[in-house]
Amino acid sequence: MGALLAQGWSVVAVPLVLAVLVAVSGRALGRFTPVPALAAPGFVLAFGVTALLEGSHAVMSAGSVEWLAATGANGLSVGWAIDGLSAVMLVVVGLVASLVVLFSVGYMSGEGGLPRYYAALCLFTAAMSMLVIADGFIGLFIGWELVGACSYLLIGFWFTRPAAASAAVKAFLTTRVGDVGLLLGLAVLWHEVGDLSYAAVFAAAPALSLPVVTAASLLLLVGAIGKSAQFPLQIWLPDAMEGPTPVSALIHAATMVAAGVFLIARSWPLFSLSPDALAVTLVIGGVTAVGAAAAAVAQSDIKKVLAYSTISQLGFMFAALGAGAWGAAMFHLVTHAAFKALLFLGSGSVIHGCGTQELEEMGGLFRKMPITGVTWLIGAGALAGLPPLAGFFSKDEVLHEVLGAGYAWAAILFGASLLTAFYVARTTRLAFFDTYRGGGHPHEGGWSMRLPLLVLAVLAVGMGFAGAWIAQAYGAHHGALDLRVAAGSTVLALAGLLAGWKVAGVDDPAASRAPGLAALMRTGWGADALVDRAVLRPMARISRVLYEGVDRQVVDRVAEGTATVARGVGRALTSLQSGDAQWYATMLGAGAVALLALVSYVGRGL
Amino acid sequence: MSLVIITVGLFCVGLYGVLTRRDLVAILASIEVMLGSATLLLVGLAAAGTSVGATEGSVEATGVMVIVLAAAEAAVGLALVISVARRFRTTRVDELTEVKG
Repeated sequence: MGALLAQGWSVVAVPLVLAVLVAVSGRALGRFTPVPALAAPGFVLAFGVTALLEGSHAVMSAGSVEWLAATGANGLSVGWAIDGLSAVMLVVVGLVASLVVLFSVGYMSGEGGLPRYYAALCLFTAAMSMLVIADGFIGLFIGWELVGACSYLLIGFWFTRPAAASAAVKAFLTTRVGDVGLLLGLAVLWHEVGDLSYAAVFAAAPALSLPVVTAASLLLLVGAIGKSAQFPLQIWLPDAMEGPTPVSALIHAATMVAAGVFLIARSWPLFSLSPDALAVTLVIGGVTAVGAAAAAVAQSDIKKVLAYSTISQLGFMFAALGAGAWGAAMFHLVTHAAFKALLFLGSGSVIHGCGTQELEEMGGLFRKMPITGVTWLIGAGALAGLPPLAGFFSKDEVLHEVLGAGYAWAAILFGASLLTAFYVARTTRLAFFDTYRGGGHPHEGGWSMRLPLLVLAVLAVGMGFAGAWIAQAYGAHHGALDLRVAAGSTVLALAGLLAGWKVAGVDDPAASRAPGLAALMRTGWGADALVDRAVLRPMARISRVLYEGVDRQVVDRVAEGTATVARGVGRALTSLQSGDAQWYATMLGAGAVALLALVSYVGRGL
Repeated sequence: MSLVIITVGLFCVGLYGVLTRRDLVAILASIEVMLGSATLLLVGLAAAGTSVGATEGSVEATGVMVIVLAAAEAAVGLALVISVARRFRTTRVDELTEVKG
C-alpha cells in the first residue's frame, strides 16, 4: 500500500498510458475498448482510496523533478504532493469517471469514433489527477489546461454537428479568458516569491503586502470563475451540453467545473489573507447561485436544467468560500459530484430511452423506467436539499457558514435554495409523472447504465452522514448540524417543491403571464446576447477596421509592393539574357575591366 | 615597355575580334590571337630578364608548351564548331541563342 502511495506520479502516468493505448489500439480492441478505458479511472480510484485510508490530511507522498533548470537558480519544480485534499479529489474523480465510463458502454454503444471518446476520457482522468496531486501551481496549471482541452474534445465529440463544434469552441475560448487571469496570477506570485510550489508560496504569503496578495488572489479567482462557469463567465456551460451526456456528468458537473473550487481551497493559505478577494468571491457566488437557479426554472431541455443547476450549485460553493469556509465548499463539492453525476446519468438514461432531451416530449417515465425514476428522485431530493439526503447536509453547512458572513447573502442563498427546489420539482414532474407525451417507446438501458445509477444513488443517500469523516480527511472544520438553518431550508425546499410541482401541471404559466421575463430566463438572462453585443460585435468591428485599414492598406500593399518590385527588376534583367554569347563575353570583359579599375584605384596607395 | 604595349594591343585586337566577329571560326582565330599575345608577353619578359628566380629556360619551355596546347585546343574548338554547324546548320553566333532567358 505504502509502496504504491510513494509512486504518486503513477496516478497520472497510468491513465495517460492507457489513453495512448486506447487511442492507438481502439480498432483492434473493438467492443473491448472500454476495458482499458475503465482501468484508468479505476486505478485513480484505487490510489485515492489507498491515500484516504492513510487517514492523514498532511502530505503523505511527494516528489518532484526540476524542469527548465537552465533558467538558473529559479528552475521550475514540477511534482506531486498528495495530501488529504488530493486524496478526496482523487476518489471523487476516479469514482465518477469509472461510473461514467461504465455508463458509456451502454449509452454510447453503436456510436462511431469510440476509441477517440474513451481515449479522451482517459486523458481527462490523467489531467484531472495531475491537477489535484500537483505540488505547485505549475503542475496544477498544466492539468488545468489539459482538462480544458479534453473538455473541448469531448464537447465537440459529434463535431459534424455545427452546434457541437461551436459549443466546443465557445467553451474553450470562454474558459481561456479565465485561464489568462490564472496565468497572470501565477506571474504575480512568481515575481513576488520566485517559486511556484505551494509550500514556498504559502510560506511567503504572510510576508507579502496586502495589495499583492489581493491581486494574486483575485487573478486566481478569475481562473476559477472561468473554469467553474461562474458569473460573468458562465455562458459556456449550458452550451457544453452539446457533448455526450456521460461527458456532461463527469466533466461539466462533477469534476472539471469543480476545479475552480478546488483551486481556491488549495490556495487557501494565500486566498484567506485577502478580505477583499473573499468578499468578491461571496458576491460572485451569491449572484451566480440565484441567477442560474432562476434560469434553470425556465429551461425546456432536461440537460439545460441540469447545466444551470450545476452553475447555481457551484455558486453555493463559491459563496461558502467567500464566507471563509473552504471545508463547507469542499463538502458540497463532494456531495454535489455524487448527486449531480447521478442526475446527469439519469437524464442520459432518459435521453437514451426516449430519444429526446425536450421535457415537453417526456412525462410518465417513472412507470416505464422505474430504476431511473427512483434514482432520479433520490438525486433530485439531494439537490433540493431534502433530509436526510447528501445535499441536505452539505447545503446546510454552506448556508450556515454564509449566514455567519452576513444576512443579506444568506437570504439570497435561501432564495436560490427555494428556486432550486422549484425547478427540481418542475423538471421531475415534467419528465417522470403525468402521462407520456412523446412518440417513442421509453425503456431502461442495460445493466451498464443501471449499475452506475444505483451506486451513485447509494452515495447520494449516505454521503451526508459521512460529513465529519470527509472533512477530517482533508483537515477542515466540520460544523455540527445547525438546526435553525436545517429547519428553515427544509421548509423552503418543501415549499419550492410544492410550487414547482403545481406549476409543472399547468401549461407553461410563466410564458403566458410574463412572456418577456420567461424568455429572458430561458436564455440565461440574455447573457449570450449581451456578450454578443458587448464583446463579440465590437471585436468584429475592430477586426474589420484593422482588416480594411491596416491589413489591406498597409500590410498587403507592402507585401504586394515587394512582389511588384521584384517582378519589375526580374523583367528588366531578362533583357540582358539575350542568349547572345558575344554579348555575354562583352559583359564579362567590361566587368573584368571595371574590376581592374576598381582594384587599381583602391590599391593605388599600397 | 614597348613589349607590354605591343602584347596588350595584340590582346585587345583578339578580344575585339571575339566580341565582334559573327562567325565561330573567326572567333576561334581571335582567341588564338589573345592566347598568342599572352604567350608573347611571357616569353618577352623572360628575354628582357625581368623574371627573377625562374629556372633557366623554364619560361621558354612553358611558351613552347602553350603553343602545343593551343594547337590541341584549336583542334577541339574546330571539332566543336563542326558539331555546332551540323546540328544548327549555321556557324553564326547571333543565330545561336539557345540560352536566351
